[in-house]
Amino acid sequence: MSSLLKVVAQRIALGLLTLFVVSIFIALVVELLPGDITQAILGQSATPETVAAFRAELGIDRPAPERYFEWLKGMLTGDMGKSLANKREISELVGRRLSNTLFLGGFAAAIAVPLSLILGVLAALYRNSLFDRSVNSFTLTSISFPEFFVAYILILFLSVKAGWFPGISNISKDLPLGDRLFRSLLPAATLTLVVVAHMMRMTRAAIINLLSSPYIEMAQLKGVRPIRVILHHALPNAWGPVVNVIALNLAYLVVGVVVVEVVFVYPGLGQLLVDSVSKRDVPVVQACSMIFAGVYILLNLFADIVSIVTNPRLLHPR
Amino acid sequence: MSEIERMKKKLDRGQITRREFLSRMSAIGATAVLPAMYSGNALAGPKKGGRLRVGLGHGSTTDGLDPATYENGFTADVNYAIHNHMGEVDDAGIIAPELAESWEATNGAKTWIFNLRKGVEFSNGKTMDADDIVASFQHHMGETKSPAKALLAQVESMRKDGPHQVIFELAGGNADFSYIASDYHIAIKPSKDGKIDAADGIGSGAFVLEDFDPGVRAFFKKNPNYWKEGRGHFDELEMLSIIDPTARTNALTTGEVDVMDRPDLKTASRLGKKPGIVIEETTGYLHYTFPMRTDTAPFDDNNVRMALKHAVNREEIVEKILYGHGTVGNDHPIAPSVAYHAADLEQRNYDPDKAKFYAKKAGGINVKLSAADAAFAGAVDAATLYKEHAAAAGIEIEVVREPNDGYWSNVWMKKAWGACYWGGRPTQDWMFTTAYQGGGSWNDTFWAHTRFDELLISARAETDSEKRRAMYFEMQQIVRDEGGVVVPMFANNVWAASDKIAHGSMAQNWTMDGNKFMEKWWFA
Repeated sequence: MSSLLKVVAQRIALGLLTLFVVSIFIALVVELLPGDITQAILGQSATPETVAAFRAELGIDRPAPERYFEWLKGMLTGDMGKSLANKREISELVGRRLSNTLFLGGFAAAIAVPLSLILGVLAALYRNSLFDRSVNSFTLTSISFPEFFVAYILILFLSVKAGWFPGISNISKDLPLGDRLFRSLLPAATLTLVVVAHMMRMTRAAIINLLSSPYIEMAQLKGVRPIRVILHHALPNAWGPVVNVIALNLAYLVVGVVVVEVVFVYPGLGQLLVDSVSKRDVPVVQACSMIFAGVYILLNLFADIVSIVTNPRLLHPR
Repeated sequence: MSEIERMKKKLDRGQITRREFLSRMSAIGATAVLPAMYSGNALAGPKKGGRLRVGLGHGSTTDGLDPATYENGFTADVNYAIHNHMGEVDDAGIIAPELAESWEATNGAKTWIFNLRKGVEFSNGKTMDADDIVASFQHHMGETKSPAKALLAQVESMRKDGPHQVIFELAGGNADFSYIASDYHIAIKPSKDGKIDAADGIGSGAFVLEDFDPGVRAFFKKNPNYWKEGRGHFDELEMLSIIDPTARTNALTTGEVDVMDRPDLKTASRLGKKPGIVIEETTGYLHYTFPMRTDTAPFDDNNVRMALKHAVNREEIVEKILYGHGTVGNDHPIAPSVAYHAADLEQRNYDPDKAKFYAKKAGGINVKLSAADAAFAGAVDAATLYKEHAAAAGIEIEVVREPNDGYWSNVWMKKAWGACYWGGRPTQDWMFTTAYQGGGSWNDTFWAHTRFDELLISARAETDSEKRRAMYFEMQQIVRDEGGVVVPMFANNVWAASDKIAHGSMAQNWTMDGNKFMEKWWFA
């Protein structure tokens, strides 16, 4: 158990280092983009005087390293700073969007993960049958379509033609949970269709791979029912690779959904990041990047821990 | 359709003024039925109540409530929902009193006295007085990033004379100062100790801001105390930012919103055919341009400019790029609905022979045209069409497609020939000063014409209507024949609404009834 804690501590330390490197990288890249926030906001109204006045007001006429260290200092004390564009507290701005994104990601995951696992197990059980083949081709097809295409198809059939669901996800902060779930159903369904294939096929592959092991043969010779062979004997050993794929897809559900957000007008982090990059609102871009990087790191950590816990050899090393 | 219907349509589109409409109606003896059919939809007066939901193709998470930062359609609408200004442009395009109930210009239009309306309350309870006016103006003067700074640079001093009068002293005579003082940036807000809290969202408008999530949603409740008679009928107003045009169209067709702006022009006619949906349009001041830098070869030669002006087929561009939702331009930025528009100035047409003639005088033309859809929707396609039109006159144009991101920093006013759009202005002086005066910071053709600049200053202070008309005619002609800009078209403001919405006659200056739809419209 102590070795597990050691691994977790090591990973967290490495994670923090990664976050630090990511922050420098993002700051560098945004600096290299042409134009800056003053020109982006004032647009056609940008004259040299108004640009200079705006720059001085925001304090961005100072050199880049100075601004970076001030930001870093703020971050270390938990103060994400203020958005350059409209002076709002970034923690409040990001907080609302982050909770929306996590809600949608969580909703999609709650549907997609059990669905993929069940389908994967069933496909392994009935491997090479018609069921297996049709599930595989359907999920591969849905993952091959671009997500906005899947989104538009769902909107066309379920919203415009059938009228069962609203065409856009107009959620606001004081909506009751039931309403929220109803309005987020279509985007969650889109995301599910996009991520199921990967997780399902990995589950199926990992289980089928194990089915050729001697101990499985022993279980079958003992007369154990096929479903119990898979669930009780094969699946516990398959968790390692499966959890890694699940973690990867969960991370995608948080950071990669900006296209779905735009199509459904869902107020999440993706749209915030895109707007902030195009307006060169550097503190917001950095805050969002830190969050995205943090999500990846945490989910990877989770995957590693589960891999270790489900593998007795790793859990109790000699 | 009957004469009455035809006249009504013309009035709605702003092709005739209300005065002409009324005189025509009385001539055919139809005045008895006027009150009933004057409105677009309802026969009785405006009904109160309901929540209006609007889907706008604008809005960004970087929006703020400070009037100095209003720069897109979303914040423009928030502005008009919660604030009032000194005056407002009426349906005939003339400035009418709003918070200032009257004004007068003396001393050769150098001194302007504004008399303020009494008993107007802001949503925080404070009564509007001259201190608020002064503070609201000063937010945009002096050390400020506000785009209105350039407009107010002509104000040498402003002072109040009692709680209901404000007096401006201008550096030079300006017969249109009442328009300037009503610029949308100069929102009147409550002041404390001589300063306004620019981002507090408080004003004297028809609605009170309840919740603002920039780039997503703004929610308002009706201002129970609104001073303006006959305006403000909805109980609640919800504005949603829906940038993706398909999502916006879906929101309208599935009933999630009641109005949407900027439908995709390609599919607008089909959208209009759906039951329960109406496509509306007005011709405002919006125009699209191809500005040439007159300080850079080869565009410094007027023969080159004249050749290129004759080498574009304006009707085809209006047909193919605007899908007919617009009118041809005459190489100057003055819209037909602006006062003193030179309707009798000969319309320039596509003439490859004339273009060849000028090209030969210039010794052949081979130029690059930079375009991106950031300039206006369809700019790249318009440039490509232009290239084909010009090829028939032996002129070679290479279309350079620029990236949208950073277009206004790197392409506009940098490359020799590009594409641009102008929202336009309600007066000629304002439009010409903004973009055509020698040395101006947005003079994107880098043009300097002595006679034009002279006329600009004299016309600004001229109060005699006939003299002014003659001066502006000459100025439009100079821009048309010697200026550096090709103006092929004026684009209509197009939007789509549910047929449950009713309205009266509409303002022509901005889209959606002068952006004042929230206080002018009602549910039928």
